[in-house]
Amino acid sequence: MAVVGSNVLMTRTPDAHFLVEGRHAGAKVVVFSPDFSQVSKIADEWVPIHQGQDAAFWMAVGHVILREFYIEKQTAYFESYIKKYSDMPFLVELDHTKKESLKPGKFLRASQLDSTSKIENADWKMFVIDQDSGELAIPYGSVGHRWQKTKGEWNLKQEDSLTGKKISPVLNLDKATNISTKLVDVEFHDFSDFEDNARLSRKVQVFEIMTKDGPRLVTTAFELMLAQYGVSREQGGDYPQNYDDPSLPYTPAWQEKFTGVSADTVIKFAREWAASAISSNGKCSVIIGAGANHWYHNNLIYRAIITPLILCGCVGVSGGGLNHYVGQEKLAPQASWGPIAFGLDWGGPPRLQNAPSFHYVHSDQWRYDTNFTDICAVADESHSMANGHTVDKQAIAVRSGWLPCYPQFNQSNIQIVEDAKSEGAKSDDEIIQSVVKKLKDRKLKFSVEDPNNPESYPRVWYIWRGNAILASAKGHEYFLKHYLGTHNNAISEEMAGDLVKEVTWHDKVETGKMDLIVDLNYRMDSSALYSDIVLPAATYYEKHDLNTTDMHTFIHPLQPAVPPCWESKSDWDIFKGIALHTSELSKKYFEAPIKELVISPLMHDTPAEIAQPSVKDWLKGECEAVPGKTMPIMKVIDRDYANLHNRFTSLGPIVRQNGLSVHGTHYDVDDLYDEYMKSNATKTWNGKTYPAMEEALQACEIILHFAAETNGELAYRAFQAESHKTGIDHTHLAEKNRSVRMTFNDLKAQPRRVLTTPYWTGITNDERTYSSYCQNVEEEIPWRTLTGRQHLYLDHETYRAFGEHLPTYKPRLTMHTARDLEKSSKDSGSLILNYLTPHGKWHIHSTFGDTLRMKTLSRGIEPVWLNDKDADLIGVNDNDWVEVFNDHGVVCTRACVSARIPRGLAFIYHSPERTVSVPKSKERGYKRAGGHNSLTRARLKPLFMIGGYAQFSYAFNYWGPQGVNRDTFVVVKPLDQVEY
Amino acid sequence: MDIRAQVSMVFHLDKCIGCHTCSVACKNVWTDRPGAEYMWWNNVETKPGTGFPTLWEDQSHYKGGWELKGRDGNKKLELKSQNKIDSFVKLFYNPNQPGLEDYYEPWTYNYANLFEAEAGDDQPTAIPVSLITGEPMNIEAGPNWDDDLSGSTFYAENDINLEELSDEEREQLFEIERISMMYLPRICNHCANPSCVASCPSGALYKRGEDGIVLINQDVCRGWRACISACPYKKIYYNWKTGKSEKCILCYPKLETGQIPNCFQSCVGRIRYLGVLLYDADRAAESMKVPDKALVESQRTAFCDPFDPEIIKMAKANGISDEFIKAAQLSPIYKYVMKWKIALPLHIEYRTMPMLFYVPPLLPVMGKMANGIYTNALDNFFTSLDKSRLPMKYLARLFSAGNEDIIEYVMKKLMAVRYYKRTLDMQDIDLVMMNKMMREGGTTPEEAEEIYRLTAVPTIDQRFVIPEIQREESIESTCNPEICKGSCGIGVIQPPTRGL
Ligand code: SF4
Ligand code: SF4
Repeated sequence: MAVVGSNVLMTRTPDAHFLVEGRHAGAKVVVFSPDFSQVSKIADEWVPIHQGQDAAFWMAVGHVILREFYIEKQTAYFESYIKKYSDMPFLVELDHTKKESLKPGKFLRASQLDSTSKIENADWKMFVIDQDSGELAIPYGSVGHRWQKTKGEWNLKQEDSLTGKKISPVLNLDKATNISTKLVDVEFHDFSDFEDNARLSRKVQVFEIMTKDGPRLVTTAFELMLAQYGVSREQGGDYPQNYDDPSLPYTPAWQEKFTGVSADTVIKFAREWAASAISSNGKCSVIIGAGANHWYHNNLIYRAIITPLILCGCVGVSGGGLNHYVGQEKLAPQASWGPIAFGLDWGGPPRLQNAPSFHYVHSDQWRYDTNFTDICAVADESHSMANGHTVDKQAIAVRSGWLPCYPQFNQSNIQIVEDAKSEGAKSDDEIIQSVVKKLKDRKLKFSVEDPNNPESYPRVWYIWRGNAILASAKGHEYFLKHYLGTHNNAISEEMAGDLVKEVTWHDKVETGKMDLIVDLNYRMDSSALYSDIVLPAATYYEKHDLNTTDMHTFIHPLQPAVPPCWESKSDWDIFKGIALHTSELSKKYFEAPIKELVISPLMHDTPAEIAQPSVKDWLKGECEAVPGKTMPIMKVIDRDYANLHNRFTSLGPIVRQNGLSVHGTHYDVDDLYDEYMKSNATKTWNGKTYPAMEEALQACEIILHFAAETNGELAYRAFQAESHKTGIDHTHLAEKNRSVRMTFNDLKAQPRRVLTTPYWTGITNDERTYSSYCQNVEEEIPWRTLTGRQHLYLDHETYRAFGEHLPTYKPRLTMHTARDLEKSSKDSGSLILNYLTPHGKWHIHSTFGDTLRMKTLSRGIEPVWLNDKDADLIGVNDNDWVEVFNDHGVVCTRACVSARIPRGLAFIYHSPERTVSVPKSKERGYKRAGGHNSLTRARLKPLFMIGGYAQFSYAFNYWGPQGVNRDTFVVVKPLDQVEY
Repeated sequence: MDIRAQVSMVFHLDKCIGCHTCSVACKNVWTDRPGAEYMWWNNVETKPGTGFPTLWEDQSHYKGGWELKGRDGNKKLELKSQNKIDSFVKLFYNPNQPGLEDYYEPWTYNYANLFEAEAGDDQPTAIPVSLITGEPMNIEAGPNWDDDLSGSTFYAENDINLEELSDEEREQLFEIERISMMYLPRICNHCANPSCVASCPSGALYKRGEDGIVLINQDVCRGWRACISACPYKKIYYNWKTGKSEKCILCYPKLETGQIPNCFQSCVGRIRYLGVLLYDADRAAESMKVPDKALVESQRTAFCDPFDPEIIKMAKANGISDEFIKAAQLSPIYKYVMKWKIALPLHIEYRTMPMLFYVPPLLPVMGKMANGIYTNALDNFFTSLDKSRLPMKYLARLFSAGNEDIIEYVMKKLMAVRYYKRTLDMQDIDLVMMNKMMREGGTTPEEAEEIYRLTAVPTIDQRFVIPEIQREESIESTCNPEICKGSCGIGVIQPPTRGL
């Protein structure tokens, strides 16, 4: 068990004991953490790896495993696993570079060969080469099979979908029979040095095939992996000589300079890792958390780590795999919760967006940002997504239908329908056509294309279930400035003016964009403190609710132990009240139902995920502007505000008509809908009767009744639907539990374990512990990716342009590239440190950490943790007051000096509140200092903005750039005089 | 022989995650009242560290516990806090008691300011104010001030248990090669030779006959505070509001009704075990009259085998019920302390015969640093004992009065269980080495399996074996059970004050 960037003992309090106890059952635990964290205490080995450098360590682990367990010696279990469950045997084309050399290209598609170009979805089906016959084969299970008309071919059977013959795919070309291979020079990138990216030329085995466009060289993704990892079979080129070669990636010696950990430690770890996987058939696992996640290149860290897991056959094995401990927002009973949460029972699409993009744009942090290539090395700057300013990429992403954007246009969604109608559009189609035309003619724009236009920015902000102004607000001081127009301590300069091309720049902009902020909250947290209206919400012990996360397999009831205190109300009642008043007001403002045009991105798990085999921009004339294909999906929908309250309090008919679905797997519920109405409260209005949702408890019952996770019949139906897609009968997984029905009263008696469904990839039948992807492995259900397998090779052209098509290492930001300290004073007597905000003790982010009891058990304040020798340098003693600042803002707090913190780092645990004990800052003119996010800014990696391409397609809470905050630098200096 | 039954405890420190849930569970129920704000009947300390109240282990200052006096053949235990000459004086003024500065000044924040501050151009904030004076205050100490090695230069480095380490060894402990920590949850040990009881001039403190819980009779306590000095663990607190002393009551109202004490029930790490130990009260004080390093062994000689027919007979003769005897036989404590000998008392050199035992933690292997590059000094598969991050010497100071052999024995057994379990599942440990480990740990496959089960996968009923307490018998001893009818169940009628 490896624990990476996750402080299980401190932040996973309830289930930490399982990890501790696993050791007594014979598990070895290795903890990777720059500080001696709480979880390090239970490790057999603690590896004090330098912060943010985990990728370097794990790339070297991959190097050792590939060399010793694939090349020097073959491991049957590993090989058979990656042949079946990874993309490693798939064929990749080689493209010519500008020089004489070749570079990895796209997976070879059926559309490129004469013999297969006519098959359905030929752009989305890929080849392997069969060991015995030496012939090309298209295995089942690719995204093309997923969305073709003939169902039943989306599975992981080792068969050729063209002939139905059994196949055994080739990994190493030198093992293939009947083909003649040769060695060619292929270009790889070494990003180790940010200032000086090296191009490496490594010989790779390839063979030639005849495509529609003439002969092309291809190889397997596995051959490219070996070359990328620097594992040679004496074939020549820039390969490292041995493990001790520090100059070339990714040897154990190479990683030392980044991680501070010796090559020997890597080698020993890798050997034990693989040996354990062999003797247990894959029971090695990694717990990975925010410490590894919140870096700019977090994807590379994760990929470097999951690669050895896949190479050792650990993913989808009970007791093995990657356990991702960040973000628990995914609710188990999604199919029935979604319609209620997003109003899908009455219409749609829902208006959802990834928050990092929203805030980057609207809190105007993009204005203080430069081209992203200043912090991110890429392989090919000539690609449209691999150069320029981040906000430009965001604009491209929105107009290409990759990411959502709110507000949507620089005119109201209602107005554009009115306008189209008055210009003669009659049908919805005509309305859409007229909107497309206006977009093309630039008479209408997406709001992101002109974020500071008063028509484009958000005005009203409801905050619910979050501390959105501080705890999660990367770039908090910009929120204060641009959203609230209030005091703030940011001093950074605007830099985007000369750089942006796709968005409009205004030299002077209005600050204080939000006219109204309403916060539903049961705490006086920092967001409540800065809101116009606080609606006091009931706590967990004052209301009915359900509690589930993707971190455990139980569903818990919340019940009122006491009625809500004072004026507070349950969230359900608050929103219901807002709906009621909106309905009343709409009599005045919207007498009749109105129409609006809503755009939504090309969604994952829908046929739209095969919309864009290549990146083309309609605005530049590279393709037609086609909604749902080259641009967002457009839909004209009715809004019936007068009946908002009625709709809110009844389960709408769309659920009955259309059934429910998650991840593209659907089940019918019409009979259950009728059955539900027979024995539960109903509501009748406008002559129709629906299941009532007046009370939170009723909403809970509906969720339980209609979710596959809590209703065995629906789990059964969901597996029937899944079986239809795969052509394999999976219903046995739901057979035994088919009669299970969970009601709220059942949960009150005892929290229940959710049922096995196709929506969660583990199998929990017969008391099994949840382990993700077990269904994929045991049931041959494809992963929802391009090839249907786990992808180590990502062939999207943007990935290739970024040089991230294969697992790789890119350095974290430096003080210079991060540009956090351009204007801040850096006198002697101060320290410059890398600033981290790990998850804290007794906090769920900012919640509970600020209760008096927890403050008493800590230091009465959220201190900044410093290394003792670092603190000595500036004469700071334990519990002394200090100022921590950079161009984004300032924090005044006390120092907590400890030898368990490494030098060069400052920690402020996530997250403090501005409400308690915050002094004024001398450094920033005696204005009130801020919280931990006063020192961060939003930095988006445009790579995560792409869309319409299998797994790279938007889904709420699944895809989009993340808010990262670890690549931050601060100045720390003593604060002699404390003033409140 | 005078056989007694004691509800005693084991804390498995390897499993403690330092969450302090136990402290909060106790605090919320028992000490969330004026005068008791600063009391933490249950607290959790980071070790190395100075604990709460700060440096409580420094008996040269606090003078808690017993001292072994006299010659061979005529050894006596005397209270360290009360020599004959000054005990009378100390009734009125006791310089060895911790003051507020050794605990902390409890505080709150003036939250009202967030609502009531006048409009201005900057944000209001709630500043800390004293819960005692109501005045703004500067927070400089707390009940858990050195948590997770906070302020290690002041606290961890001054842990008194590091005394015997050389300067070089000590320095190393705070470098990356060796930095480490563990958690030490503490409640009253409900000692079998309690110095607190012996010290009370009013006789307010007593050890309950039926289960050995040490209590202060609030009606009898006169607030002399002798117990506060005398308890070497500083587990008695003075309530400044009521003027009486208070301590952990092992949640006896819960125990009496078959429920689990709060700190045990809420323990998230599942480190806590509770059960009956039978001991010979005649041997309790006697067994504490041996040299430091022999104390652990000596204490064990006072414990009795609950399966021995002779013992059972004597126990019954002493009024110990069948239920208690059965509980003693099922007791997880008996297994940890006597059968496997892997749970040890904390600071037995205070000679109070604590009845709470600790399984010491396994800690990561130490490392080597060369030219800024770190390597783990590992030569085994799991962590190593001789290269463990906290030296055996240190653990011995805590749990075996300096006897390193005892600690080593425990650690070897813990490791042997891990190797054994791994080999069962994985067959990847060298068998010769495995057998050596088992030999050195003095364990067998059967025992290893048993240890594993009780450590890693016990049910709640295996962790807490609570004897059925026959309250009617003890009620009978003080009053007519008929009169007790309708009282609150604790056994004494005290009509509650009601109304506004
Ligand atoms: S630990 Fe408890 S029983 Fe022992 S001396 Fe202190 S207060 Fe008395
Ligand atoms: S609740 Fe248990 S695990 Fe947590 S600190 Fe207390 S004793 Fe340790």
